[in-house]
Amino acid sequence: MSTPTTRPTADAAREAVQAAVRHVVPDADFDYVDDDTPLRGEFELDSLDFLGFAETLASRTGVPIAEADYPRLATMATCVAFLTGARDGT
Amino acid sequence: MSDFTMPSLGADMERGTVLEWLVAPGDVVHKGDPMAVVDTSKAAVEVETFADGVVVDLVVRVGSEVPVGTVLAHLGPVGAAAPAPAPEPAPEPEPTPEPAEVAAQEPAATTGHQPVVHSPLARRRARELGVDLASVAGTGPGGEITREDVEAAAPAAPPTPSTVPEAAPATTPAARGAGRPRVTPYARKLAREMGVDPAAVTPHDGETVRASDVRAAAIAAPAPAAQAPPPPAPPPGAPPPTGAPRPTAAATRAQTMRETIARLMARSKREIPHYYLTTTVDLTDALAWMREQNAGLPIAERLVPAALLLRATALATARHPALNGFWVDDAFVPGSGVHLGVAVSLRGGGLVAPAIHDADRLTVTETMAAMRDLVTRARAGRLRGSEMADPTLTVTNLGEQGVESVYGVIYPPQVALVGFGRVVERPWSVDGLLGVRPLTTLTLAADHRATDGFTGGRFLATIDDLLQHPEEL
Repeated sequence: MSTPTTRPTADAAREAVQAAVRHVVPDADFDYVDDDTPLRGEFELDSLDFLGFAETLASRTGVPIAEADYPRLATMATCVAFLTGARDGT
Repeated sequence: MSDFTMPSLGADMERGTVLEWLVAPGDVVHKGDPMAVVDTSKAAVEVETFADGVVVDLVVRVGSEVPVGTVLAHLGPVGAAAPAPAPEPAPEPEPTPEPAEVAAQEPAATTGHQPVVHSPLARRRARELGVDLASVAGTGPGGEITREDVEAAAPAAPPTPSTVPEAAPATTPAARGAGRPRVTPYARKLAREMGVDPAAVTPHDGETVRASDVRAAAIAAPAPAAQAPPPPAPPPGAPPPTGAPRPTAAATRAQTMRETIARLMARSKREIPHYYLTTTVDLTDALAWMREQNAGLPIAERLVPAALLLRATALATARHPALNGFWVDDAFVPGSGVHLGVAVSLRGGGLVAPAIHDADRLTVTETMAAMRDLVTRARAGRLRGSEMADPTLTVTNLGEQGVESVYGVIYPPQVALVGFGRVVERPWSVDGLLGVRPLTTLTLAADHRATDGFTGGRFLATIDDLLQHPEEL
């Protein structure tokens, strides 16, 4: 996977994740969603929703998302780590 | 001249509400163009026209709920309504690119004299009923002669669809003298058995009364509610329906949808002797092939496993036509094509199963695009009428939400429902070697009146086999 010239900050990544979820679930409420909650389960995203989510996320952040990266978009924490270029768990 | 009527968007639909007009008088429309957004009890649906022509007038106002078969708008032949003094009625509608010329014009056959008649509908009724407009007392605003006035002046006249829903076909092209709709032999037989007058059935395609039209009419007609007072018709001569759509409140919608599902599913379990079959499908090759296809593709163009499953189901359905169609009056009626109903759960509750038409003729990529488009529009409340009517077999992919298998309830009058469970990684033996493989549980719920387990078993085996050779999908 190629590395984009600029990676979003953690805050920007977080914002992009929320926007991307709201793109498919317009009334998504993140108030009670902690960073380790699986997004697909929480927001009942099916595979098509997830595709829309990934698409929006990639276009908002400029970070290319390969199919092999999908598992790294599981929770807010893993999404932010992936988008900012941090290794999982850091 | 033809009528654009409230279509039957599924066996369970009796009435619909016009939420929004997508056309205005004067617009030139072609077969397949969306005309209006209609709220059924299940979804907001874009309803298409089955004829070419010019929109002469919009009969039903936004917000009005009317029975299936009610005339919603009138279409005139393109050119016939032009402002020229003696326009020649074109025998066949010919689309022209200049709708502006015909806007707000009326059919020229009757030209107004002293009476105040702005409504083409009133004029047409007068013509049909042989009523002299000069002898009619107008009760509308400013002495305007309304359709009701015309009809009151002709007491022996046949009722209009808005006063007696069953009589809807009275205003079909047949009644207009434009040629009686053809009735297929099967539809005629079905109509006889169901006690439906085939001449009183509005053909779905505007030309030929088919079995599905008869069934829809049979379902729509006998309901006592259909004989309730007429739906509000716009005062003829009033300005065309305008105003923002008035969607049913979400809560009401959810409640209505719940009731519809309840009625339909109860009917299914009451009438259909279901049998269930299940098999486990190894998706290793299919998913590997999919990933290969997806490599390098932009996200928007990538496939998801559901596209492969749908494609395999469509091909298998074409090979096992006994599962593709309807059970009507103690007999199986094959589907006219493989129109796969895709069960789509809606946010906020409820379920719709619009069809991907002729799914067996699409490539995997086309299937993916069709599915994505359909699901997106289903959730946005923008399905089209033709998608809601008559899927021939339904597929549910409930596994996406986590369950490992789905034993579905058949959507009557269909005779089968295919379910895919979640793709799970499990130990699986291949050629004596144990490995971890992605598996899905494939189920079939089928109507034992239409098929036996043997047919169902072969059908599932075909789907399995197709998924083992994804490059041939």
